[in-house]
Amino acid sequence: MNDTLDVLLRLVGVLVVFLVFPLLVGQTEHKVMAHMQGRLGPMYAGGFHGWAQLVADGVKFAQKEDVVPAEADRRIFQLAPAIALLPYLVVLIAIPVGPDGFVGQALDAGLFFVLAVMGVGVLGSLIAGWASANKFSLLGGLRTAAQLMAYELPMLLTAASVAMAAGTLSLPGIVESYHWWWTPWQIVGGLVFFTAGLAELQRPPFDMPVADSEIIFGAYTEYTGLRFALFLLAEYAGIVVLCALTTVLFLGGWHGPWSDGLGWLWTLVKTAALAFVVIWLRVSYPRLREDQLQKLAWTVLIPLSLAQIALTGVVKVVIS
Amino acid sequence: MDYFHGYSVVGLVAVVGVLFVTVAFASGRLLRPVVPTREKMLTYECGVDPVGEGWAHTQIKYYVYSFLYVIFAVDAIFLFPWATVFAAPGFGATTLVEMFVFIGFLAVGLLYAWKKGVLEWT
Repeated sequence: MNDTLDVLLRLVGVLVVFLVFPLLVGQTEHKVMAHMQGRLGPMYAGGFHGWAQLVADGVKFAQKEDVVPAEADRRIFQLAPAIALLPYLVVLIAIPVGPDGFVGQALDAGLFFVLAVMGVGVLGSLIAGWASANKFSLLGGLRTAAQLMAYELPMLLTAASVAMAAGTLSLPGIVESYHWWWTPWQIVGGLVFFTAGLAELQRPPFDMPVADSEIIFGAYTEYTGLRFALFLLAEYAGIVVLCALTTVLFLGGWHGPWSDGLGWLWTLVKTAALAFVVIWLRVSYPRLREDQLQKLAWTVLIPLSLAQIALTGVVKVVIS
Repeated sequence: MDYFHGYSVVGLVAVVGVLFVTVAFASGRLLRPVVPTREKMLTYECGVDPVGEGWAHTQIKYYVYSFLYVIFAVDAIFLFPWATVFAAPGFGATTLVEMFVFIGFLAVGLLYAWKKGVLEWT
């Protein structure tokens, strides 16, 4: 009975985090972008700092008509948002928040599991791009596919470097074996991982699959209302997952002063700081071209991550 | 037993997710208006009537990258089981040399592709 209750609590906890944190990131993005660009629009709704903007957006999405183009592959078109969204929910359960088992579910091969499931999310965009039977959507889908070739490999290699350093694939295990000098040791890998993650989430400066000034909105061009909102939710849930993973792998997760009692807070603070960086980059950088991303990935990110693996291996063998 | 218990919880999360999406779609159906017209159901093409069909022929110039990617990704998978044991007592220097051989293979492959000019899109 107790076990059932425990599992139930964990499930509810993961669902709540999944529904609340992405909205917090979205709200922060509104406000941070408004401040950085001196925009008044997002500061208006509801009075104080435009707090009601997100509520208004939600109401708008919920009562908008759901249009499926006559030419589209109807069922597949309607299911694509779910495929884009659900992997991020499943990933959340494996990410440790605090010490002593403060994690949805500790998995032995957690790192491997997380990377594998995150890779599924991109299928949502591909399916949406193809099923829409729209030229812009098709171009967006093809760009998404191209992007996959660029980011997946640096991500895998740098994650493997962390697994080498920790000697385990379990995410709580990785954080437990963390020492402060890991961050300088793995800094190159961390930067590569984060950059590749941005490309996976199709966030600026790597947002060419949805480039609104070139191909309307890429794979999501034909989507309206709730289904479009689910795609947006997937993007922001992706930000939460990427930042939490970077925190766990490279920034020591719950480690920090008073981490015995406040470990979970450290994880949240580090994740939030990284999410701020993601928003900041969106405001600061122009969009790359798809071929420029390929060039960046294959001539910079992959050689750097191979070098990081070599460094990790040498240091690890020397100190053990 | 613990192993399967862990993954059964993961399976339950997936079920929760499917339920969430089902509830969202069902309540969306109740909340939104449905007024389809022929013009509304047309494929979007900047406001003019669509020309030809949406599944248009396109040239995929990056297919060489996908070959490279598949080769490298399969190699990278082998790193994970190796990563957890390579520094264990009794391995040390030997596995390190093996690692450099492995990375060397990858690096030479990458350099070859680079020299061949396939890392240029156009």
